[in-house]
Amino acid sequence: MAETLTLLDYWPSMFGMRCRIALREKDIKFEYQEQDLWSKSPLLLEMNPIYKKIPVLIHNGKPICESLIIVEYIDETWKGKAPLLPSDPYERAQARFWADYVDKKFYDPARKVWGTKGEEQEAARKQLVQALKVMEGVLGNKPFFGGDSFGFVDMAMIPYNSWFHSYETFGNFTIEMECPKLVPWAKRCLQKESVSKSLVDPQKLLGFVVEMRKKFGLE
Amino acid sequence: MMRRRRRRMTTRLPTTCSLPITTTEPRPDSGLITSTRNQELPPMAETLTLLDYWPSMFGMRCRIALREKDIKFEYQEQDLWSKSPLLLEMNPIYKKIPVLIHNGKPICESLIIVEYIDETWKGKAPLLPSDPYERAQARFWADYVDKKIYEGGRNVWSTTGEDQGEAKKEYIERLKVLEGVLGDKPFFGGDSFGFTDIALIPYYSWFYSYEICANFSIEAECPKLISWAKRCMEKESVSESLPDPEKIYMLLLELKKKAGK
Repeated sequence: MAETLTLLDYWPSMFGMRCRIALREKDIKFEYQEQDLWSKSPLLLEMNPIYKKIPVLIHNGKPICESLIIVEYIDETWKGKAPLLPSDPYERAQARFWADYVDKKFYDPARKVWGTKGEEQEAARKQLVQALKVMEGVLGNKPFFGGDSFGFVDMAMIPYNSWFHSYETFGNFTIEMECPKLVPWAKRCLQKESVSKSLVDPQKLLGFVVEMRKKFGLE
Repeated sequence: MMRRRRRRMTTRLPTTCSLPITTTEPRPDSGLITSTRNQELPPMAETLTLLDYWPSMFGMRCRIALREKDIKFEYQEQDLWSKSPLLLEMNPIYKKIPVLIHNGKPICESLIIVEYIDETWKGKAPLLPSDPYERAQARFWADYVDKKIYEGGRNVWSTTGEDQGEAKKEYIERLKVLEGVLGDKPFFGGDSFGFTDIALIPYYSWFYSYEICANFSIEAECPKLISWAKRCMEKESVSESLPDPEKIYMLLLELKKKAGK
């Protein structure tokens, strides 16, 4: 009974990227299966009937859904290498809190920054910049959100780095101007192979965003 | 509508808890014991405070978790219309309850608090399963409750007419999903009460309000779920943590009046 591990994913997804990074941090071999979100596969619908979304990790035929739950599952199942969460309960609670903050405060405004215009876009830009500044404050002078080592919060947030170029282009702002500390942090993360292999080329993503904007009638 | 016999619970809201903190300590030979420190506390005494608001389902989760573990804590009722400096200091990001303050350090977000409680007081009543896959499933369904049940319920009591009809239908569908997950198990956790049970049971105190507002019976639609809820209510940690459903309904009427509905 060979072990099987499949990740149902979609290349530009920040949520999928988190799982790719976690699996690579642990040096785990897995099968990556690209999904078509406009024509969902029977496998995706079977493995995530509730939300019908990626990412889904399928381990020996059993699905795990929701990116942060997947990352914790990976951490608890493959305990030997590269702990993704701290061991202290208080530090773990803080890590979960800030990863959850990224989930609550980034996605919606970020989507509106590239996917809307006018007042709605401007309001979204302000919200996104505010959220980024909060995270910059949390990072402080530490090399990573996890302290000396890359961890859960870093993993939750670094996928957005692929998207920053698109947000900056359409939102008319720069991360460097608004949250300078996040720039060296992102570079530091990208030096890790688990991250650089899991994130996508910002230019390619920009092209994707332009296509999406055309679909929404914004171009 | 048939009035069900409901166990009346008084809302236990001590403003301070003069009882000593109970902790569990591992004993090398015979497993775990519960020890209670005496009341002559040394200067670095352990302090545990829950900033809460009595009708909050999120607060109830934390109360249940603390009581499951037999942990003494200070309950501090918060006025959400005039937030205390302590609340604003301890949860500057969201300014919301519940907040658990352990030895001066805050933990926010109810499910994160419950996991913290489980990891800090390991000895008694594990709240999450030990198997990683089962843990992932428990977290998934607790998260489903957060995503689908809170808003769903709010839509039921805060809308009228056709909108309310839609909201009711949607809400029942979502409860039926959970009923399906429960299946024939006594609890979502299997044989024992656990994380998903803790996440969902507080909503039972609000069911009465939804039923009155929208004129329907959740028991008629999801009988297994109500049997499950009654089973949970037999546990002291739950019955002591949930307020009287009628008190919640009274509050809702007041809130609706304030909102001009």
